[in-house]
Amino acid sequence: METSVLVVTILILTLFGYWMGRSRARLLAGSEHLSVLHSLPSYHGSYVALWCGLPALLLVAAWLAFEPSIIEYIVIEAIPGARALEPAQLSLLVADIRNLTSGNIVSREIDPALAAAGEHYLSLQRTSHAALIVLALSGAVYGLYLARKSQTRDFRARNRVEQIIRIIMVVASTIAILTTVGIILSLIFETLRFFEKVSVSEFLFGLNWSPQTALRAEQVGSSGAFGAVPIFAGTFMITGLAMLVAVPIGLLSAIYMSEYAGPKLRSVTKPVLEVLAGIPTVVYGFFAALTVAPFFRQTGEAAGLVVSSESALAAGMVMGVMIIPFVSSLSDDVMNAVPQSLRDGAYALGATQSETIKQVILPAALPGIVGAVLLAISRAIGETMIVVMAAGLAANLTANPLEAVTTVTVQIVTLLVGDQEFDSAKTLAAFALGLVLFIITLGLNMIALSVVRRYREKYD
Amino acid sequence: MTDMAISNAANKQQTEFSARLQKRYAAERRFRAYGLSAIVIAVSILGILLGTISFQGAPAFFQTYIQVDVYFDEAVIDPAGTREERALRTANYQALAKSSLYEIFPDVTERREKRTLSRLLSSGAYRPLREMVVNDPSIIGTTQSVWLVTSDDIDTFYKGQIDRETVEADRRVKDNEIAWVDALEAEGRIDLQFNTAFFATGDSREPELAGIWGAVVGSFLTLIVTLAVSFPLGVSAAVYLEEFAPKNRWTDLIEVNINNLAAVPSIVFGLLGLAVFLSFFGMPRSAPLVGGLVLALMTLPTIIIATRAALKAVPPSIREAALGVGASDLQVVTHHVLPLAMPGILTGTIIGMAQALGETAPLLMIGMVAFIVDVPSTVTDPSTVLPVQIYIWADSPERAFVAKTSAAIMVLLGFLITMNAVAVMLRKRFERRW
Repeated sequence: METSVLVVTILILTLFGYWMGRSRARLLAGSEHLSVLHSLPSYHGSYVALWCGLPALLLVAAWLAFEPSIIEYIVIEAIPGARALEPAQLSLLVADIRNLTSGNIVSREIDPALAAAGEHYLSLQRTSHAALIVLALSGAVYGLYLARKSQTRDFRARNRVEQIIRIIMVVASTIAILTTVGIILSLIFETLRFFEKVSVSEFLFGLNWSPQTALRAEQVGSSGAFGAVPIFAGTFMITGLAMLVAVPIGLLSAIYMSEYAGPKLRSVTKPVLEVLAGIPTVVYGFFAALTVAPFFRQTGEAAGLVVSSESALAAGMVMGVMIIPFVSSLSDDVMNAVPQSLRDGAYALGATQSETIKQVILPAALPGIVGAVLLAISRAIGETMIVVMAAGLAANLTANPLEAVTTVTVQIVTLLVGDQEFDSAKTLAAFALGLVLFIITLGLNMIALSVVRRYREKYD
Repeated sequence: MTDMAISNAANKQQTEFSARLQKRYAAERRFRAYGLSAIVIAVSILGILLGTISFQGAPAFFQTYIQVDVYFDEAVIDPAGTREERALRTANYQALAKSSLYEIFPDVTERREKRTLSRLLSSGAYRPLREMVVNDPSIIGTTQSVWLVTSDDIDTFYKGQIDRETVEADRRVKDNEIAWVDALEAEGRIDLQFNTAFFATGDSREPELAGIWGAVVGSFLTLIVTLAVSFPLGVSAAVYLEEFAPKNRWTDLIEVNINNLAAVPSIVFGLLGLAVFLSFFGMPRSAPLVGGLVLALMTLPTIIIATRAALKAVPPSIREAALGVGASDLQVVTHHVLPLAMPGILTGTIIGMAQALGETAPLLMIGMVAFIVDVPSTVTDPSTVLPVQIYIWADSPERAFVAKTSAAIMVLLGFLITMNAVAVMLRKRFERRW
């Protein structure tokens, strides 16, 4: 039986349970009015349905989540000498067994031992599947029976159902925490493994980044260097260029929209700027790589400059355009939050509108604007597709924006895409970079949010 | 005398005043102009972006076809005469397509020249012939007039994107090929037609055969998973936090967490998916299931924040009235508050889905960047999604892929605009001021 068929069967059983619980409740009331029951029949139905469906579906989910790793473990244990293998070879062996069972290409010759392991894997999978079907279905039926047995006139079905739903809601609200914990744990574990191979100081302060580790020991440049300084420098350069575009344009348009523009112009320009934020980043990347970068190169050539076709300038400028709406809409909000009395006071002293803005409103809104810019910086640092498509791949420690530089996100993508091997320093390095990225963006957000919050308290 | 001095001094002051005022007014006008020009710059960049993409993408919606008269030779298709579908499927239709093209140019006899001639057609041009025969075996032995797709070079040339004046060595299309195209043109056998294959097929290494259908289906399956996971989770989390949760450290922590998650770079979610879903739980690579789960975790904060705002907008009097007539806490929420907040919740959900549809980076991490020709049919099939397809094509060297990429972007933007328009409409139509 396919898993989907199993799930559908359980769902049908659940529906049946609902119907059964409801009709049983009606039966309990008999010819009397329904108010002799504590709960409405539909709550009785829901109670039976929840008892029938919920445990069975949870069981199926947990089973499917843990089945592969457990079967793998048993199979590996059964192969003599497999435990003594290096982790890399072991994962290759596991991949081979899996490929063998699903009929894919296997990287080595199929010897009897491997074939036997494949057989073992398949038979375990069959057993596990059969066990799952039996357990899940009998669990569903047993739940149905139990719930039905407890139905009486005085049974507090509504309270029980509401309690279960409340528990479900609490679990749902902890998913956000679980996600954060998952991110932190997965990043930290892989990063710690990375730091077993490469020292922390080399990673944080090394000036040389060439993650290509050789397949054979005697190959040239086989060691691989993991000094991340050029990557950080490149990230900050592109972020800085983006801010040079985004902050003036975003701030000035926010000022114009909140202080000068009439409602008509505002109703047109605000959505247009929001469209800039809604365009997928891959589209900006395509635009940067195919339109902006060649344009800069040709202009540079005409001016006698050497501009790389993957220049930091093109990526940074386009990223700046993407960031404009973040700066503008957040600053617009904070400027609108400045009380009108401050403006009126300034006008009463004879200040022109621009003087009011520059000397009264901007200083008053400054914390909010700083928060907006910090959020925008964090967005720019974490932005991936524009730089993957338009910035360079090679780490290059330079201060010249016309050259190609690389960023943290570009390196994460190039190190992980297409590579299956999970233990080399190369793939682990991506997680270390991810951790750095996570910490930096998290820190910037925390600072930004606290700055904004402090400002809000001032006028409320 | 003194009057004169006073009025002189006053005049001097007056001119100083007006000069200063002029300066201040000029500064005012300049400042205003800066603001206006910032808006103009932003809007015109958007215009340039959309303009170049539509300009580059428009040609991809049309494709050059050559009309040939194909003789469905029984000796080639089904020499045994069994009409079995397997035999019909594996026959050499390429040979049929080629020989029908050779018939148009009987003077081309030399082997090498013939090979160049056959390259006018795409390497997959024969596929409609196969479909014709499999659908209706009775056409074997007859001659049919068929439009076959050309190779990408001929296509680009026919669309006028290759200049015939450049030196032959620098040109992808050689002189003899141009002569053939001109001859076909004179006979009316070459024409631009609407590119239905672009909307109906999966990816391909040949630009003229590549389509977005596989990616569209992949995106659809991924979004279904995302919606199925994030909507119930997000709404129930928001209801709990807004309506039931006690104000304590734990709920504060959850709130801070949700706000921070909303700002975590998307690629970090990709790393999470790779480490947790792929390595730890052993889920299949490149599958919409995993992609959908990762995107669901990403959109969860958006949905929670939007739902909470919508719940907050429902006035407390509604809750009190429901409680007053004896509804339980949960009945108040499910019977009254949630239905009233639903338009706002749906608007937020659609916006979150639109973000998920445009997301690329986390899906690269979980292997959805693989080259996949087949259209996926379930959530565990390997597949790709529209933005990743755009990324893959943007990386391809063939010139014709530039147009394909832009066309795919136009399709993606079309979907996004539709979704956002629906969200705006929902908000306009059902928004209630209390």
